[in-house]
Amino acid sequence: MTSVLDKNNPIVQLEQVRIQYGKRIILQDLSMTINEGEFIVMLGPNGAGKSTLLKLLLGLLRPSAGQVRVFDRPPSRGNREIGYAPQHRTLEADLALRARDLVGFGLDGHRWGPGWPSRKRTALIDQALEEVDATRFADAPIGQLSGGEQQRLLIAQALLTNPRLLLLDEPLASLDISHEQEIVSLVTRICRTRHVAVLLVTHDINPLLPAVDRVLYMANGHSAIGTPDEVITSTTLSQLYGSSVEVVQALDRLFVVGAEI
Amino acid sequence: MLLEQKYSGVLTTIQEEHKGNLDMFDFLTYTAIQNALVAGSLAAVIAAIVGYFLVVRGMTFTAHALPNVGFAGAAAAVLLGLEPVVGLLVFTISAAVAIGLLGKQLRERDIAVGIVMAFALGLGVLFISLYQGYAERVYSILYGNILGINQTDVLVTTVLSAVTISLLFILFRPLLFSSLDPTVAETRGIPVRLLTITFLTLVAITISISVQVVGALLIFTLLIGPPATAMRIVQRPLWTILIAILLGVCYTWLGIFLAANGLFGISGTDMWPASVYITSLSFGVYLPIRLLSPLWIGRKARRHATNLKSEEVLSQERSNNDDRLVYEAKGVLEVF
Repeated sequence: MTSVLDKNNPIVQLEQVRIQYGKRIILQDLSMTINEGEFIVMLGPNGAGKSTLLKLLLGLLRPSAGQVRVFDRPPSRGNREIGYAPQHRTLEADLALRARDLVGFGLDGHRWGPGWPSRKRTALIDQALEEVDATRFADAPIGQLSGGEQQRLLIAQALLTNPRLLLLDEPLASLDISHEQEIVSLVTRICRTRHVAVLLVTHDINPLLPAVDRVLYMANGHSAIGTPDEVITSTTLSQLYGSSVEVVQALDRLFVVGAEI
Repeated sequence: MLLEQKYSGVLTTIQEEHKGNLDMFDFLTYTAIQNALVAGSLAAVIAAIVGYFLVVRGMTFTAHALPNVGFAGAAAAVLLGLEPVVGLLVFTISAAVAIGLLGKQLRERDIAVGIVMAFALGLGVLFISLYQGYAERVYSILYGNILGINQTDVLVTTVLSAVTISLLFILFRPLLFSSLDPTVAETRGIPVRLLTITFLTLVAITISISVQVVGALLIFTLLIGPPATAMRIVQRPLWTILIAILLGVCYTWLGIFLAANGLFGISGTDMWPASVYITSLSFGVYLPIRLLSPLWIGRKARRHATNLKSEEVLSQERSNNDDRLVYEAKGVLEVF
């Protein structure tokens, strides 16, 4: 097994990538690699292109310029090596669906037919539920679960294909501080034990600071990537935003003052 | 009376043959009733399955709008001297494909659908006013005329139902997946838009069939009533659909049974059309279940909460003074 910090095994490569809708440039000059088993956090204000980058890797849109390679191939839909948990929306309370049904889509939701229950299928789903600590609400209707619980299910669903790259779009949004911590330690554990690379979108780096390898910060169509110490500094962020931005450290936490994250 | 005139043919044949000695179940031997039961059951089955997906997708408004568009089509067909079901199919399928092409802009969708529906109803009114024949044909499209179903209708209904059921069987998982989470489904390689258009075409076919049973105005009762009720009873998709089918078929059979009894003056039932009984049954079952369901759904949630309790106590202890300080600090900084 390769070491966790093996930097010589890139699974995602972006070169001079630009994305624009009409005349509006979302992203430009983005060059970066994601290595096997690496934990990267993506930060930036709304509309900076964070979800757009995820869509690019998932093959849902093409770059306007530059080159994207995922597992040494151009990105394409239906890639089982990528697990994706979308930005969470509250699921309807009346939906006739159990937690395990939602997770099961990750296994065979794309197959034809109604899908008959099998021991193997149940075992795989149970295993995924256990991995995210969701066994105790496996049979609960999803509408009755809290935001944090639903988030775990989406992660379990994304893990069912045994991906080598996990894309998580704002998994910490609208969670209170203790549930936030639970999801952070869950994702960290998955990243380290499964040796799966994680690209996680968030608005607050603080709960993730102890776990993260590198930070990708996006603003105004530009981006900076590196360790948190390199990127989250007053100099780098002021350059990125093009205005005076101050990074303040207090109570072991970082706060960005003067700009919208 | 209108109904007496409408069913006079059936009524006199049956009464003549029995010379006044009608028993409660005798009418089951008559073709008109048999046709009604076969077509009604098939319509109830596919309406329940299609309705389940409509509820999951949050497209129940479409289920109300499409039959109204279909009404305009049926009126146009009657005006042109064609079978109403032809007009129904042409109009509802075109509208379904158009709605499917509208795609993901959900907020816009209901507005667009509503405007098209109103326009179609206007056209329907125009076609009726141009039509010189019996208003009863139009009336039966709006409110249903289940005892007027003939052998050809039964054949068409059977073929279309078979196609719809087999397609829904094949599409089941990807359709459910993309109904819940279109973006993730798309990343997994499911052709979401094509699937939506196919599904809406099946909705259009279902509506065209069900119009014969309960009529365009009352179709919601078979399409949404049974799945909405079933969802309050069970939590698994397949079970929900099976219970919805059971409810839909029961409503339809009871409706036909009561209407036939009323028509033949048996057992003191009033002479109302089958659709009146079907809608009343659908409502009468949904209401108490909707009101009482928090009892059993809530119990499941409470049991789940008890399991969590010990953990919550722990996490409360964890969120100690540090966190509170941090939150306060965060608040202060956010003021800047």
